[in-house]
Parts: sequence; C-alpha cells; structure tokens
Amino acid sequence: MITQEHAAAHVHRDDVGARMGMWLFLFTELLLFGGMFFLYSVYRFINQEQFNIAAKELNTLVGTFNTIILLTSSLTMALAIGAIQRNNKSLSVFFQTLTILLAFGFLINKYFEWSIKFHHGIFPGSEILLNKPKGEILFFGLYYVMTGLHGLHVVIGIFLIGFMTRLTMKNVINKDSYVKLESAGLYWHLVDIIWIFLFPLFYLIT
Amino acid sequence: MEKHNSLAEHKQHGYGIYILVWLALLALTAVTVTVAGINFGGITVTTALLVASVKSYLVLKIFMHLGAEQKAFKVFVLVALFFIIISFILLFSDYSFI
Amino acid sequence: MLKDTTIISTNGHTSFLDYQGKYKGIRSWIFSTDHKRIGILYLIALLSFFAVGVTFGFLIRLELFTQGKTIVDPQTYNAFFTLHGVIMIFLFVIPGLPAVFGNFFLPILIGAKDVAFPRINLLSWWLYIIGGVLVIVSILLPGGPADTGWTFYIPYSVRTSTNVIFTGLAAFILGFSSILTGINFVTTIHRLRAPGMDWFKMPLFSWALYATAWIQVLATPIIGITLLLIVVERVLGVGLFDPALGGDPILYQHLFWIYSHPAVYIMIVPAMGVVSEIIPVFARRTIFGYKFIAFSSIAIALLGSLVWAHHMFSAGMSSTAQFVFSLLTFLVAIPSAIKVFNWTATLYKGSIQLDPPMLYALAFIFLFSIGGLTGVVQGALSVDIHLTDTSFIVAHFHYVMFGGTGFGIFAALHYWLPKMFGRMYNLKTAKVGFWFLFVGFNTLYFPLFVMGWLGMPRRYYDYLPEYAIYHQISTVGSWILITGLIIIYYNLIKSLRSGEKITARNIWGGETLEWQIETPPTHENFHDIPKITHGPYEYKMNDELAEKEEVK
Repeated sequence: MITQEHAAAHVHRDDVGARMGMWLFLFTELLLFGGMFFLYSVYRFINQEQFNIAAKELNTLVGTFNTIILLTSSLTMALAIGAIQRNNKSLSVFFQTLTILLAFGFLINKYFEWSIKFHHGIFPGSEILLNKPKGEILFFGLYYVMTGLHGLHVVIGIFLIGFMTRLTMKNVINKDSYVKLESAGLYWHLVDIIWIFLFPLFYLIT
Repeated sequence: MEKHNSLAEHKQHGYGIYILVWLALLALTAVTVTVAGINFGGITVTTALLVASVKSYLVLKIFMHLGAEQKAFKVFVLVALFFIIISFILLFSDYSFI
Repeated sequence: MLKDTTIISTNGHTSFLDYQGKYKGIRSWIFSTDHKRIGILYLIALLSFFAVGVTFGFLIRLELFTQGKTIVDPQTYNAFFTLHGVIMIFLFVIPGLPAVFGNFFLPILIGAKDVAFPRINLLSWWLYIIGGVLVIVSILLPGGPADTGWTFYIPYSVRTSTNVIFTGLAAFILGFSSILTGINFVTTIHRLRAPGMDWFKMPLFSWALYATAWIQVLATPIIGITLLLIVVERVLGVGLFDPALGGDPILYQHLFWIYSHPAVYIMIVPAMGVVSEIIPVFARRTIFGYKFIAFSSIAIALLGSLVWAHHMFSAGMSSTAQFVFSLLTFLVAIPSAIKVFNWTATLYKGSIQLDPPMLYALAFIFLFSIGGLTGVVQGALSVDIHLTDTSFIVAHFHYVMFGGTGFGIFAALHYWLPKMFGRMYNLKTAKVGFWFLFVGFNTLYFPLFVMGWLGMPRRYYDYLPEYAIYHQISTVGSWILITGLIIIYYNLIKSLRSGEKITARNIWGGETLEWQIETPPTHENFHDIPKITHGPYEYKMNDELAEKEEVK
C-alpha cells in the first residue's frame, strides 16, 4: 500500500495531494458545465430543426479560429511546465506569457462575435429574438450562457496564469516545486476540453 | 501499485510529444469541421462528439499528465465520467422513450 | 490498543483551546486554519442557524394550530416554510456532521495532524457564513423573503416578486462551501492516513465521510448551476426554463433533484457513520459486519445518485422513467437496511450502557427505520400518486432528516463534546432532554403520517375541520420538542461554562484514535503520528490482552 510512504509527507508538502485536490475541483467544474450540457441535449432533442436553423447564424470560421487559438494555448501551457521541469525559467515565462496572449486573442474574437450578434438584435430579451420560434430562443439563451460562462473561465484563467508567471519570475515556482503551475495548467486544459465540446455543439450542427 | 515519490518529479514528457498531440488536435479539428460541412444528416453530431471525445482523451492523457498519475486519479476520472453518463441516460429515460 | 500505539506525551504541547498562532483573541478563531477550531466555528454557527430554523418551524406549527388565520397571513406563512426549509437544509442538515464533526474528528480518526488543505477549509467556513448572511439579507430587503419553497420550482420562481435572487445565490455559495469540504475530505483520506491505517482499519465514520464527500463533489455543482441559471434568467431574461420562452419546467425539476436527492444522502450517511461509532462503544462489542457497513456507505452514495426522479412521479414523466426510477428507489433501501441489520446484530449479546449518546443512537435506528420504510412505500408508483404533496411526505422526510440526521447530530454532540472541550455535561439532564425531544418528535410528526394518508396536502395555510385534531396534536408535540431542545442547549452550554473538568483520555471506553489523545486535544493532535496495527473496534482482542496482563 501507498500508506507507508506518504506518512512523512504531510508535515511539509504533498504535491500528489495538491494535484488530487485540483482534479477533484476540476470534476466540480466539469459537472457545472455538465448541468448545462444536460439542458442543451434535452432542448436540442425536443427542438432539433430549430436548433439547426439557429446554429446557421453562428460563424463557423470564427469558431474554428477560436478553437485553434485555444488548442494552441493548451500546448504552450504544457510546454511552460515542460520548460520549468528542465529548469529553463525564461522559456517557461515566455510560454506562460504566450498562453495569456492567446487567451486574450480568444476573448477579443469572442467580443467581436458577440457584438455582431447584438448588432443584429439577437440578445436575451430582444424583440427580434423573442419573435423567433421557441427553439431558437432556447438555442441563443444556451449559447450566451454557456459560452459566457466559458468566457468567464478564460478570464479567471488569465488571472491565474498571470499570477503563476509572477511566481515563476520570483523563483517561487522553480524546478523543484512547481505544483502550483501544474494546477493552473490543469485548470487551463479543462477550459480547453469544455470548449472542445462547446464548439461542435454550437457551430457545427447546421 | 506504482512506486511514487511525491517530491522528485516523475512525469517529464518530451517537447516533441506535446507538439505531436497539438498537431493531432488541429487535424481532428479539421476533420470535424469538414465532416460538418458535408451533409451527413444524423451522424454529423455523432461524429462531432466522437472526435471531441478523442481530442479530450489526448488532452487528458498527455497535456494533463493523467497517464503518468497514480491509479487513483484514473479511477477518479472514471467515476466522474460514469456519474455524468449514467445521469444523462437516466435523464433521457424521461425524454426519448415513451 | 494503547499498547500498540506510540505513547503520546504532553511535553510542551498545549490544548488547541489555548494555543494561539499568529492572531490573538477572536481573530485566533475566525482566521484559524486548525481543523478543530474550524469545526467549533461551524458548530457555533450551525447551532445558531438551527435555533432560527426551529423558530420558523415553531411558527408554522403555531399558525396551523387553528383553522384559518392564527397568527400570520398566508404570504408570511409561505415565507416561513420557505425559510424553514432553506435554513434547515442548506445551513444546518447538509453541512451538519461533515462540517462540524468531520472537520474536528476526521484527521484525528485517521491519525493526521490536520486536513489536506487547511486554508481551503477556512475558506469554506467563510463561504458558509457569507451564504448564511445572504439568506438573512433576503429576509430583510424590500420585496420580502422568497416564497417558493426551498425547491425554487419553475415557473413560479422566475415570476414571483420576492427576493429569490438572494436566496438562490445563497444556496449557490453554500454549495461551494460544501464542495470545498468534500474535496478536502477525499484528499485527506487518500493522502493523510497514518502508517498502517489501511482502508479497512479506518473507523466507519471516516468511510461515511468519504462516501459523502464524493456526493458533495459530484452532485453539488449541478444544483449550483441550476440555481445560477434561475438568477441569470431573472436578471437578464435569458430563455432557459421559462415555458413562455420555450423552456421545460420538468427539466428544471430533473436538474434540481439530480443534486437534491443525493443531498439527502449527504445528510444521512454521516449520521449513519456516527451511529456506527457509538453502537460498538456502548455495547462493548466489535462492530458486526465492518466491511458491509463500509461498503454500504459507498453503495448508498452510488445508488442514491440515481433515484432523483422519484420526486417527480406525478409531474408528468414518461412511463419508462417512472418505472426505472421506482425500481432504483427500491434498490437504495437495501444498503440502508444492511446497516440497520448490522447495528442490531452488534447490539445482540452486548453489554449495553444507556448513556446519552447511546440513547440518541438507538433513537436514530428506530426513527430512521420508520422514515426509511415509509420512503419505500412512496417509491411504489401507485401509492405515490395518492401520497404526493400530502403531509405524509413531510412526516417521512422529517423522520429521516430530523429523526435520522438531527438525532445523529445530537448523538455526536453528546458523544464528542466532552472530548472537544474537556468538560462533562450533566448526564441526568441530558437524558431528560432526550426523552422530551423523543416524545415531542413523535407527537409532532406521527400525526402528519395519519392526516397525510387521509389527504391533508402539505404546505397549505388552511385545512378542513376533520384534520383539526391531528394539527392540534402535532402543534402540542412541537411545544414538547422545543422544551426538549431548550433543555439540551441549556445543559450543553452550561457544561462548557461550569461543567466538571475532565482530563481522562477515554471517556466512554472507545477504541478509536480520538480516545487516545489528550482531552481536550493538543494543537496538532498527535505528538508522534501513531502506527496502527489492528482495526478500530476490536474489543475482544483488547479483553484478551487485559486477561493476559492479569495472568502475568
């Protein structure tokens, strides 16, 4: 059993424990979105035609572009951890900064996407939207709430990784102790995974 | 059970594998976008979800180092997935079967 | 067992009650990351909210004493039962045992110095307080307290003009507090067990907390997002649940109960854990069927997550769903019954000592059996159609939540409080309080079974003359019950101020680790982390050891 080994660890630090806590937290996030995926799937099941029509309003190109951005940012995050493991501080800082920049890119893209929708009068409570069939109202309600909450997670991620970059520069995060950076990375990858599912469900079901 | 030392790190992937996974993810994105462009009818969503699952698996296993973690972590992930999937099935027992 | 354990010395170790870290005075409590202090913070907050919740319950019963208006108008009555539900469920019963006794005793029971994430532990207490304050704010702000019932059913919850937003946000934040506790406990149990404390040497309370923690982590986010969506729908007018915008109110109910049914097991499983601790101690016997009890906690957590829609049999579900959920509901009774059988088997031929904790534990078995079995009755589809939304349901869940979890909490209080503070309460007064509580409880809730069966709807402000007698008996019961609660509160609080000081480590003769450390515990629980060599309830082995000693 592992019991014998970790007895001494809890006086000081326990990286495995820290990661375990982070994973458990990620399940919470997953289920948070899971609840909304339940909503999505039931409403789509009931209003299939209208969901397909409404999805045509979304720009697949923008969605694809954002997918590529987010996947790439996941790569740079993984590389940042790889760099710190090899004791290459400046490279790690570089990759973390790149991750943050990509996250900003994602948000800017999202901002333009949303403002075009608003410009066309498609936003919660708008007259144009309320006059559409019920299924389309639901589609856009879910679209705004799900991508909105996902966007909020991207914003939190930016702060989190920004904080880690600072810690890396101050050598708090270093070759021998980088579980904080790993945890931030885990969080960031989860944000990516959620987008991996959001993208086809909203942009590709036409 | 795997031998584990919580302080000395164990799971160093090469940079190469990260790049490979990233390329695979991009390729899968291309596949799913292309498939959606062709009108396959009902199986479009199935393909999209299948591709998304493969992508998630890659991210979980390589980027999130799940492959290198203790067995308990893998069991945890299975428990969480099981909970989502079984809830999903039970929920649909109210909607898809009369 | 002491012989196998590293002898603990007091050298230079102060009681956690005197130990002060960075801060002094009150701040040494509210900013403490010590799991024991956080447990006590929770205890104080919880018992305060419980008193508030009891007051609302008392007022509901008082209003129902006579037909028509007795003390308040219908709108206020609606607010009363909503607040009673929200406060009791989210602020008392759900956090109850894990937050107070889990925090205080889990690390001690598994031989650790603290939980895995002490600072997150403190954060979860603060979130709990913020949630509690939000509930109070929702009462005081213009608009009035929510009148939806604790279930926030759509479409009323997006239409009513009362402060649903605050109450919903409060429940969301309280959910997060509960999640953080869950994350902490799972990690603690996986990572911090003392050497030799393998999974099957853990006390059963730890097993119960482990199963509970998983439900907290996996199910709570679903209600979190659901209530958040109600807030979003109210504030921004996004179409999500409102049927006017295409939404499906039944789907809301599904999402609500996907959490809120497992939440029932968050409440009851730790109480079962407490009973599993107390019974062997006061029967002086090894627990019967340790592994069965341990695994039945896990089985309850698993099956309990799959039965939520039995709250919706009459809401208009497909018949497939009704069939499936009815079947699963019957199944979940099995692991609960396994526990009850094992407890009774433990009592058999034991030398039973009827101290207050044991009285509560025995009352738990009795009341929980009634609550559980009436639950099975409602799991049957045809019967449920008749019983839906009657006071039978109210009686059933009070038997489980109050008769079960509530009595479990009081059992834990009487069992562990002397250990926590090093002061003993008056045993006689405790027994008097118990009997008032027990008699009052049954007088209050049993008539609800009868009139519910006869057709009295729940939550109604008024009733027909033929139900008057049951309502009156029930209200009188509430007075007896409250007398009992006052005696219990008085006795326990008095013991903390002027109770007999005790330093004996093993007050009741328990075999688990908390009885081998100082009373009250020292700052980091153990001077040296103990090495565990055998299971938690091995009385027989101990007796044999003692006999050998005598022979020598």
